[in-house]
Amino acid sequence: MKNQIKFVQGNEACVEAALYAGLDFFAGYPITPSTEIAEHMAVRLPQIGGRFLQMEDEIASLCAIIGASLTGNKVMTATSGPGFSLMQEALGYAIMTEIPCVIVNVQRGGPSTGLPTHASQGDINQARWGTHGDHAIIALTASNHQDLFDITVEAFNLAETYRTPVILMLDEITGHMRERLHIPKPGKIPIVSRLKTSVKQGVDYHPYLPREDGRLPMSDFGGIHRYNVTGLFHDMWGFPTDNPQIVHGLLRHLLDKIGNNVHLIAKYKEYYLEDATTILVSYGSSARSALHLVNNRRNRGERLGLLELQTLWPFPYGIVREKCANARHVLVVEMNMGQILREVKIAVEDPEKVFLANRIDGMFITPTDIRNILRLIQGKGV
Amino acid sequence: MEKCRIVMSGSGGQGVITASVILAEAAVIFEGLIAVQSQAYGPEARGGAARSDVIISDSEIHFPKVTQPNVLVCLTQTAYNKFFPIIRPGGLLLTDTRYVTTERKVDAKQIELPMYNQVMEKIGNPVVLNICMLGALISLRNIVKPESILKILEERLPANSIQMNRNALELGISLGENLK
Repeated sequence: MKNQIKFVQGNEACVEAALYAGLDFFAGYPITPSTEIAEHMAVRLPQIGGRFLQMEDEIASLCAIIGASLTGNKVMTATSGPGFSLMQEALGYAIMTEIPCVIVNVQRGGPSTGLPTHASQGDINQARWGTHGDHAIIALTASNHQDLFDITVEAFNLAETYRTPVILMLDEITGHMRERLHIPKPGKIPIVSRLKTSVKQGVDYHPYLPREDGRLPMSDFGGIHRYNVTGLFHDMWGFPTDNPQIVHGLLRHLLDKIGNNVHLIAKYKEYYLEDATTILVSYGSSARSALHLVNNRRNRGERLGLLELQTLWPFPYGIVREKCANARHVLVVEMNMGQILREVKIAVEDPEKVFLANRIDGMFITPTDIRNILRLIQGKGV
Repeated sequence: MEKCRIVMSGSGGQGVITASVILAEAAVIFEGLIAVQSQAYGPEARGGAARSDVIISDSEIHFPKVTQPNVLVCLTQTAYNKFFPIIRPGGLLLTDTRYVTTERKVDAKQIELPMYNQVMEKIGNPVVLNICMLGALISLRNIVKPESILKILEERLPANSIQMNRNALELGISLGENLK
């Protein structure tokens, strides 16, 4: 049993979870603070018969995994802000062509090369709107290694279920911090396999004709069916078209397959919300400081609660509205200028009661930072 | 057990981060404790200030950073000058006599050990200074058992360097014991 308990960095927990989820292929270009993902992957993936490829840059990395996915593999790449910027074009291509893949962004300070070794959560909106055109996206995060393991497996499951890129938004703190990880037995967490077409060889296969439930069974590219894949708007054969009806239908399909399933996709954790008069909303490493403060103040009788978001996109507006309905104050804790704050303000009925507790200097936000802002909004002074 | 909050500091390449990881891993894997380790460092691979924070406890740890350590280790003058004011009153401040000249009295148990000199004299390789420091630390404060550290060293290190590290650990323990 000893080997099932590990003391590892979040980046390594992410690698182990990807392998657990059935990863076959990883292509990447190392960048701080995500480097350990490539490093461990280069050791671990070949051990189980997978392939690791170090690419010339991040553009090629995402393109390589998209190609590998289309041939029937479960795939992943990992990067940080500067690399994630380079990936935006191929990200849009994977969305348009509906090719499952998982992209990890271990966030560091930005913009540009920014602060390589320090903490930030500044790429949350880039994950949502970084690539051009109307589109839907799934982005997940976690605050501790055990949750990170589960969420990484979930990222692969959602990528397969919805045939979409899924972005895992880690940060320097969760990526580099070491803590205990228990690796579950195989089968403990359900794994979603690739939905493959039952259309036989020699029979017409329509790669982009959704079934009644909206899902598109895949055929391994280079296998028994010949078909076209393009980033242009395309018909059910995969060939380019500008037919307004088909264009409209495809875009609606891309938006609705995720937008109509927010209730199935959204994951969150809640602490002491039942009677909370002040609710902290947080995610990723910031949620650790928020939870520390909440536990601390609860011991002193303060009615403080925490809503920890694990699904950032699609944003769970309904859940946030419902959970925060009775709170007098809502304090969003994040390490950026209010990227999730904006969504929380949209979600709640009374946006005037929503405030921001943040830090943007590369330093990890502390429970004291949050407490000081809390006192200010409660009119108690610091 | 009361939460043990440790800050190990020095220059990049001295092995303070490695030492702190070994300590925390020993606590988690062989002593059933909960531990979190995190670090702060600049972009350089060697030189620059390195700082590693470790919290060891028997209950869940959420905030992983240490603001006021009850154990502070400084292996360079720069690290000492920067961090000595943050020590928790009544804590333990461990420094190396070759690298650090202590300037002020702090409200803590101040221990200055000739770890570097002893390592060079008895073992002859500065690479194990960090393990000697770990030995001194666990003999001054019963954080984990020496056997737990040894087991981690045996798992992580190539066979031909285990004996040297074991010697360094024992050297550190004896330096600490002499003060008791």
